[in-house]
Amino acid sequence: MLRYALKQALIAIPTLIAISIILYTILALAPGDPLGELASSPSLTPDVRENVRRALGLDQPAYIRYFKWAGSFVTGNMGYSFVSPVPVSSLILQRLPTTLWVVGLAYLLAIAIAFPLGILSALKRYSLLDQVVTTLTFVGFSIPTFFTGLLFIILFSVWLGWLPFIYDSTLQIRNFSSLLAQVKQSIMPIAVLGLFQAAVLMRYIRTAVIEELGADYVRTAYAKGLTGWAVVNRHVLRNALIPVVTLIALDIPTIFTGALVTEQVFRVPGLGSLLIDSIGRSDTPVIMSITFIYAILVVLFNLVADLLYGLLDPRIRY
Amino acid sequence: MTSAPPPNLKLARWRTAWARFCRDRMAVLGGLILLLILVAVLLGPVIYPISYSEIDVTQATAPPSWAHPLGTNALGQDQLARILWGGRVSVAVGITAMLVSISVGVLVGTLSGFYGGIIDQGLMRLTDLFLSLPQLPLLLLVIYLFREPVRAIAGPEIGIFLLIILLIGGLTWMTPARLVRAGFLTLKQRDFVTAVRALGAQPSRIIWGHILPNVIGPVTVAATLGVGNAIITESTLSFLGIGFPPDVPTWGRMLFDAQNYLVSAPHMVIFPGLAIFFTVLSINYVGDGLRDALDPQSNRP
Repeated sequence: MLRYALKQALIAIPTLIAISIILYTILALAPGDPLGELASSPSLTPDVRENVRRALGLDQPAYIRYFKWAGSFVTGNMGYSFVSPVPVSSLILQRLPTTLWVVGLAYLLAIAIAFPLGILSALKRYSLLDQVVTTLTFVGFSIPTFFTGLLFIILFSVWLGWLPFIYDSTLQIRNFSSLLAQVKQSIMPIAVLGLFQAAVLMRYIRTAVIEELGADYVRTAYAKGLTGWAVVNRHVLRNALIPVVTLIALDIPTIFTGALVTEQVFRVPGLGSLLIDSIGRSDTPVIMSITFIYAILVVLFNLVADLLYGLLDPRIRY
Repeated sequence: MTSAPPPNLKLARWRTAWARFCRDRMAVLGGLILLLILVAVLLGPVIYPISYSEIDVTQATAPPSWAHPLGTNALGQDQLARILWGGRVSVAVGITAMLVSISVGVLVGTLSGFYGGIIDQGLMRLTDLFLSLPQLPLLLLVIYLFREPVRAIAGPEIGIFLLIILLIGGLTWMTPARLVRAGFLTLKQRDFVTAVRALGAQPSRIIWGHILPNVIGPVTVAATLGVGNAIITESTLSFLGIGFPPDVPTWGRMLFDAQNYLVSAPHMVIFPGLAIFFTVLSINYVGDGLRDALDPQSNRP
C-alpha cells in the first residue's frame, strides 16, 4: 500500500507542473500590460515605469518568468496583491479554511444522505421509494446551485425568518449564542452544496449497487443463508464503492465549482468570493494564485480518491 | 449485430431505438417540454409585443400582472420578454458549445482510438490533464484576461459569445473523446472492419463509413447532456457577473440582478431560475431516455 501511495503521489507532481505551465502560458499569451493601471498612469515618467518593469523582472522572456514564479510559489511566496499591499499568500490563507470547511461539511452531509437512500433505492428497485429518489436526484442535479441558494434565502430568511440572510464573516465564536449564530449562518450554504452533491452521489451509488446485485457472488452469498443486511454490508457495498470512488474522483472539479458559486450567493468569505472580488478589482496576482490553488486542491483530492481506490480494491495496488 | 448492415436494417435499428425512447414516459415528457421551450424562445420574441429593453422606471420591480405576466425588473423592463430573449442566448450557447466539445472530442477520440500507440498515450495523458483542471476558476481566469481583446476584435456580444462557447467546448471534450476512443478500440478488432480493411479501404473511409456510425449512440447521449451542462455553465458565469455584457438578458444575468431584490421582488428570482431548471431538467431526462434507447446492451422489453 505504501508503495502504491507513493507512486500516486509522484504521479500528481507532473500533473501539477503541467497545469502550472498551462496557466502561465495563458497569462503570458494574454494581451494587455501586466502592470495594469500603473502602465497608463500619467503620474509615472517613462524612466520610472521602465525601472518598475525591470524590478518586477518583466523585461525577461516568459519562460524565465515562469521558472521564477514557480520557484517562489513552491516556497509559499505568491507575490503581492495589486490592490492592497498584502502578500497574496496571506490573503489566500485567510480564506482557504472557510472554503475547506464548507466543502468538507457539505460533502459529509451529501454522504450521509446519499448512501442510505441510494442503497435503499437500488435494493427496492422500481418501488415507490425508488421512483421518488430517482426523481429527486434528477431534480437535484438539474437545479443550478445559485438558484437553490436564492430560493433558500427567499424561503428561510425572507418568508420564514429562521436563518440569517448572508454570512457574517466578522462573527467570532466566544460563547454559546455566537456558536449558535455560526451554526445558523452555516446551515444554508452547506445544505445547498450538500444537497447538490447528494443528488450526484445518489445516482452513482444506485447504479453501482444495481450492477453488483446481479453478480454471481451475491447469489452465492444469499444461497449460503446470509441475511440481506449482511450481503449488502459485507459483499455488495465494498464492490459497489469501487466505481463510485472513480466517479467521485472525476467529479471533484465540479465540487469546487459548486463551492465557488455557493460562497458567492451567501457571501461566505472563502476562496471563491475572493476570486470573484479580485476579478472585479483586476487583481491579476491574486486571480492567478487562486486559480492555481484550486488546481492544487483538485489534484490533491484526486490523490485522496486514488488512495481510497487502492484501499478498496487490492487488485490495483500492484 | 450483422457486419455493415444494409440501409433498411440500419433504419430498423433507429426505429427500435425510437420505439424504446417513446416507452420512457419521463423522456417523452422532457422532450415535449424542451420542444415547447425551443418554440417559445424562437417565436416568442417575434409574437410577444413588449420589448425586452424598454425601460420604465415607474413600473420598477412590479409583481406579475396582466400588463407584465412575469413582473418587471429593477429598471421596469418586462421579465417575460427578457426570459424569452435570454432563452435564445442560453440555447444558442448550449448548442454551439456542445458542437465545439463534440467536434474536439470526436477528433481526439478518433486519432487516439484509430492510431493507438504513442499518439493514443499522449492524447490520453492530455485528456487526464484536462479532467483535473479546475473548470470554473480557469474559465473565469481566461475570460478575465481575454475579455477586452475579444471585445475589440468581434464586438462586445459576438466576442464574448465566441469566447464562452470555445472555452466551454474546450474544457468539456473529454467525455466524448473517451467514448469515441472506447468505441474504436472495441470496433477496430471486429470482423467487418478487418473485412473492409482487406478490401483496401482508405483509413478515412473506415473511420467515417464504418466505425463512427457505430459510436454515434453514446456520442448523441453525451451531446444531449452536454447542452444542459453548457447552459448551466453559461448561467453560472452570468450569475457571477462575468459573462455577457449587462444589457444582454441571459437567465444567469437576470438572477444576478435579482440578488439585491430578494425581499421586495422574489419573482425576479423565481421565473428565470425556473426557466434554467426546466430546460436543464428536460434535457437531462431526454439524455437519459436516449441512453436507454440507443444502448444496444439494454435490450429490456
